[in-house]
Amino acid sequence: MSVYRHLLAAVIVVGALPSTAAVEVLHRERSLYQTILITETRARICMQFSIREQQRNQSCFNPRHPKRMVFTYTHMMMAALLLGEEPKTVLIAGLGGGTLPTALHDLLPQARVDTVEIDPAVVAAASKYFGFATSDRLNVHVQDARVFVKRAVSRGERYDLVMLDAFGGDYIPEHLMTQEFLQETRSVLADGGVLAANTFATSRLYDHESETYRAVFGLFFNVKTPASNNRVILARNGPLPPKKLLREKAAAWRGRLRPYDVPIRDFPGRLSLEIDWDVERRPLTDQYSPANLLRGE
Amino acid sequence: MIVRARFLLVSALAFGGGFSIMSLELLGGRILAPWFGGSIYVWGSIITVFMLALSLGYLIGGRLSLHSPSLAKFGTILAVAAVILYPTVHLAEPIMVWVFERIEDPRYGSLLASLLLFVAPTLVLGAISPYSVRLLVRQREESGNVAGTLYFVSTLGSALGTLATSFYFVLWFEIDTIVTGLAVLLLALGLLAVGAGMRREIIA
Repeated sequence: MSVYRHLLAAVIVVGALPSTAAVEVLHRERSLYQTILITETRARICMQFSIREQQRNQSCFNPRHPKRMVFTYTHMMMAALLLGEEPKTVLIAGLGGGTLPTALHDLLPQARVDTVEIDPAVVAAASKYFGFATSDRLNVHVQDARVFVKRAVSRGERYDLVMLDAFGGDYIPEHLMTQEFLQETRSVLADGGVLAANTFATSRLYDHESETYRAVFGLFFNVKTPASNNRVILARNGPLPPKKLLREKAAAWRGRLRPYDVPIRDFPGRLSLEIDWDVERRPLTDQYSPANLLRGE
Repeated sequence: MIVRARFLLVSALAFGGGFSIMSLELLGGRILAPWFGGSIYVWGSIITVFMLALSLGYLIGGRLSLHSPSLAKFGTILAVAAVILYPTVHLAEPIMVWVFERIEDPRYGSLLASLLLFVAPTLVLGAISPYSVRLLVRQREESGNVAGTLYFVSTLGSALGTLATSFYFVLWFEIDTIVTGLAVLLLALGLLAVGAGMRREIIA
């Protein structure tokens, strides 16, 4: 890594990043699908998929405390654990720095974690800079998530937990946001299996996307944070558990999640069933999915 | 006057052909994505198939223009393209299911699906260009100028087809509606040319 630093590093100051401290660029790459930027500040190494200021999604970790999950949205995704039994099989679409797959692999010693990532350069960067490593229980498939899920449906596979975290860069893969895709995803969920999706909290897309999830799953939980463009959707292949059960689960998970910095006990109160979108918007389908255009409106 | 009308009509058909080709190519990515994903090789498959079909279409259109070319025959080419294009609306899904079930590798899956779905209409649309040149060239000296003008018109159609589809059509319409619209456009232009050609033949 230090060789790389000497070869590539240019110390720049980017005011828009969370810290105003000096940010060192460890790696910058134009892959087939996006720009991958690996930066290092005093406390953390981050991967981001856009050179735009205040870009929405990034994956960071703190080398001194590698288990700590730095970003709020990753905590929100972990709230999926409250909705079902402890998962034995997990599918994650979108690798990033590998934060979620690594955490779930470590947290759930019995579970198999399948990760799907379209961009081989992301897998390489996660391995090199984020200490991401596969194991006999943690696989990475370099493939389009839609194709992987369709194949999994035809093989009759089932997952207890599916996480959709594929919207990282400037361009939304529109075929991963349609009613048909969510229906396929629901088909690979075991009975009572849980879906967690990291998606959008703003623009017209919020309404369309919410209606799309409602068309497939009916009721679902929304988790939002003020001052974030993210929201996490938590849905279940089966009825949603009542608040009381969520609180019991949170108490049970609390100790195991402490090393990951996930404030799990806060979440039962933050899972919202409120329909706070325009229900007249049409769901996105394979026939109609202009997600990128809707996001701009 | 008749020469000018003929020029405008042939240009309109060349424009409509160019418009449809690129609109369809863009939609091709959308049509294939649910089965083969949005990987770079899916676009590679689509572009390969379109280029291949166009190249053959140019060859065939040139050959066709050798045999007593007429406006009516020219219009028939577009009408045929429309008739071949329209069924893809209904056949796309069963064809892609069929390919998906047989070919595991999405590179070859997307290539075969593109071939089955897009070769025929694109090939016929490719025949428009050389045929249109033949209809408008009267003297050897002007052949380059005529060809240049027709390339200009049809490529301008392609540019607008790309822009209209990616900026607006996908926001307003479903994919099947857009493909149907393209077929209707091609059929209307084709029948217009057939009608005009037949009327002229009657007058003559």
